Amino acid sequence: MAASDTHRAIETVFRIERARLVGGLARMVRDVDLAEELAQDALLAALCEWPRTGVPQNPGAWLTATARRRAIDRLRRAAMLTRKHAEIGRDLAEESESHVAALEAALDDDVGDEVLSLIFTACHPVLSPDARAALTLRLIGGLTTDEIARAFLAGEPTIAQRIVRAKKTLREAGLSYEVPRGGERAERLASVLEVIYLIFNEGYAATAGADLTRPALCMEAQRLGRILAGLMPEEPEVFGLLALMELQASRLAARLGPDGMLLPLTEQNRARWDQLLIRRGLAALARAEALGGARGPYALQAALAACHARARRAEETDWARIAALYDTLREVMPSPVVDLNRAIAHSMAFGPEAGLALLAAIDRDALRNYAPLPAARGDFLFRSGRLAEARQAFEEAAALTRNERERAFLLKRAAACGG
Amino acid sequence: MRVMVMVKATKDSEAGAIPSAELLEAMGKYNEELISAGVLLTGDGLKPSSAGKRVAFDGPNRSIIDGPFAETRELVAGFWLWEVKDMDEAVAWVKRCPNPMPGPSEIEIRPVVDATDFGEELAPEFGERLNRLRERLPER
Repeated sequence: MAASDTHRAIETVFRIERARLVGGLARMVRDVDLAEELAQDALLAALCEWPRTGVPQNPGAWLTATARRRAIDRLRRAAMLTRKHAEIGRDLAEESESHVAALEAALDDDVGDEVLSLIFTACHPVLSPDARAALTLRLIGGLTTDEIARAFLAGEPTIAQRIVRAKKTLREAGLSYEVPRGGERAERLASVLEVIYLIFNEGYAATAGADLTRPALCMEAQRLGRILAGLMPEEPEVFGLLALMELQASRLAARLGPDGMLLPLTEQNRARWDQLLIRRGLAALARAEALGGARGPYALQAALAACHARARRAEETDWARIAALYDTLREVMPSPVVDLNRAIAHSMAFGPEAGLALLAAIDRDALRNYAPLPAARGDFLFRSGRLAEARQAFEEAAALTRNERERAFLLKRAAACGG
Repeated sequence: MRVMVMVKATKDSEAGAIPSAELLEAMGKYNEELISAGVLLTGDGLKPSSAGKRVAFDGPNRSIIDGPFAETRELVAGFWLWEVKDMDEAVAWVKRCPNPMPGPSEIEIRPVVDATDFGEELAPEFGERLNRLRERLPER
């Protein structure tokens, strides 16, 4: 094998091991930045040694042992420096020395949830949602700063700074870097799920830019969801979220028409829906329900997506069931957006007038400047034959959307109203 | 990217030999690792080709051939579908697989064709035709 091939193979092994490695190190040194640096050192050591010795039987264990040795050396040196340079630093030095001893004792203590603790750390509520998403993609997804910047259509310096600041915030917060237990766990898990779904949605319904979807970002979120489901097999909402993402992603290829426009569900070519993802989504939903999570917000949304996935033709869609699911979702997760979608479901199940009646009850202020609201009103009015009003609603929606292709779609609907 | 990972058949698998307890355990652990890494989408083992059939096509003619089939090395004994970043990652994961057979064996990795591989013109047309076929299914 040529040297460059060997290096590539080693880097690939590192890529696979990276999150586990960084997670274990972060817990050890309580500093994500230092953990990444130590992991990088271990990669360099592997690039030096493995071409001579061959890739070890268990490369993950080799990388971990190497990085941990370096971490201990570093802490020792720091402890010695403190002792040498300052009498008043004595307590600190003693503390560091006992820290080193504890670390050495913990060396063989393989807990196995390094990745999980890293996910919880990256999604810690002390960070802003944007920072959580960037850090999660960096630490668990292994994306470069440049890749994250492109995914969020932000400048690389912005993202780099966001990540540096996030790491600093974590360091200063003095966290335990452990998987939370007890009462804290539910709240922290909610934050993790929120971050993963935020990443997914940024790919599925791009809020800005020329492309309507960025499938690579969806795939990254799905991978995170699958990892989480593998690591937390008893958490119903983890499976609810996974089901929701798999089912929505199954339609990615069918959502764009030949002209690059967004196609509504009813007009999508269902033969292009990914049957493997649908099957995986339905299985994950069944798992969430079996774990007693049928009323979880993600499971409910997945159940909604499943209604569409099960319909082989748009006409076969069980809109009455969808309307009922929205009635429940509204109780579990009250939000004006849910109200809007509920109105759409009711319009499909019971006619456009039912939709218009529910729209009238929606909190307009909360959805001010929200394009889907006038878009839905336009659709109900169009179906009621009130074309002039429909046209006005579609034009209002077109003026509100930031997405260029969505605007084109709405203007096309406005034009179809005549007048 | 999606890849299909195929465990090739051997004399043992074709004879219907039951894997040892050690192999089953190692395979179970490996599958768990694949799941925890978010790589595994689906997969299954296949019965020996003696339980299989082939349909041979020649113009309008169809003839049925019963298994077993001769060219053991070309047969598939089991498969996975994985989602990986690239072929390098797929290779790295396959290298970690316990040897699936008692003797020497082979695993083949093949990337799954993406809709975009058909080219922009062909894909919608291809899908459309499948869709029309499918709409007729409930009528049967």
